[in-house]
Amino acid sequence: MLEIKNLTKKFGSKIVINNLSMTVKDNEIMAIVGPSGAGKTTLLRCITGLERVNSGAFYWDGKQFDPANPGKEDTIIGVVFQDYQLFPNLTVMGNITLAPTMVKKEPKQQVIQDAKELLKRLGLQGKEDLYPYQLSGGQKQRVAIVRALAMNPKILCYDEPTSALDPALRDEVAQIILDLKKQEMTQIVVTHDMDFAKNVADEIKRVEQIQ
Amino acid sequence: MIQYIEQILPALLSGTKMTLSIFFWTLICSIPLGAILALGLVSNFKPLVWVLNVYDWLMRGTPLLLQLIFVFYGLPVIGIIFERYDAALFAFILNYTAYFAEIFRGGFQSVPRGQFESARVLRLSYGQTIRKIIIPQVFKIVLPSIGNEVINLVKDSSLVYVIGLGDLLRAGNVATARDVTLLPLVLVGIIYLALTAICTVVLKVIEKRSSVWR
Repeated sequence: MLEIKNLTKKFGSKIVINNLSMTVKDNEIMAIVGPSGAGKTTLLRCITGLERVNSGAFYWDGKQFDPANPGKEDTIIGVVFQDYQLFPNLTVMGNITLAPTMVKKEPKQQVIQDAKELLKRLGLQGKEDLYPYQLSGGQKQRVAIVRALAMNPKILCYDEPTSALDPALRDEVAQIILDLKKQEMTQIVVTHDMDFAKNVADEIKRVEQIQ
Repeated sequence: MIQYIEQILPALLSGTKMTLSIFFWTLICSIPLGAILALGLVSNFKPLVWVLNVYDWLMRGTPLLLQLIFVFYGLPVIGIIFERYDAALFAFILNYTAYFAEIFRGGFQSVPRGQFESARVLRLSYGQTIRKIIIPQVFKIVLPSIGNEVINLVKDSSLVYVIGLGDLLRAGNVATARDVTLLPLVLVGIIYLALTAICTVVLKVIEKRSSVWR
């Protein structure tokens, strides 16, 4: 269970997130929705440690942690970016195995085995040796999901997963997210797409622009 | 004429050796140095950025010829004495490092921020990120500009004549002055063309190799 308590984030003197608290239960999908500029992505960036918070605390299973400074313990948060940010100089397999081998020092053979398993599950078998530029948008996103999953995160976060996809692919992503839920993955989805949020989420968190 | 060419060729080739030696050592030292300085240029440590900018300004803002003269004739005044060859190398490395640093800085800055962030959430360290993700991308971005400098360096190396080193151009000049014919300089031109042609081909091959990804 992820708990966020009294999170406040300012850019200069502008308060973007004001004293926000929320709880994401295990094996739950939480959608964070709200209008553009309301701070959805900023909230996600705080959770993923890409922005430092001004105040507030994060707890995983009751234990406090600092997303911006993850230390040596297990990965808690995995991220799928809006524009995926695959590494263009590495193949699909290279993208997936880089962090597990370099950060977690897992044996290469094992990592490749697991990666193949994950790729197959997301319908990407046979794409191991392609470079990101050779993939479609939907495929890139699935590679980004596999790359994040390969670090065995406790929670997987998505930033606007549907914004770059056509409507048919939108349902496909929803399906992937729901499938991962079946495998007991806790997920946070930032989206401005209300229909999509209603489709996948167990709980919807609204963030409003602070005047 | 063939006989005359055979007669002056050894001198020209020995000059070519000097030219190549300056060329290779400058590249071998100033490309890595430039990459390291570029990391400084994109850092958040303001005093370092300032110092590096002044260095860049001095090196790119004055003629290389002047720098050569200063290193060889000027530095002894404050007690730093170089051999001719070392002085030339020192000046070339200083000068080219500044250009390479600017090229690499541009390269670093054109890698999207998202790449750093994506590496960060995967918990790769700064060093791992630079090595595995950033450098390969920077390398590809800067390759054409580096190629330009490499070709320039072949020709710039002729400036070492000013401190009395016997490079290719000087060898040709000596022969021209002695024998009152332009033929040695024509040969010099041909040798420079051959050298730059080789560089061009090598650079093309490297560029092709790095185009397996986009």
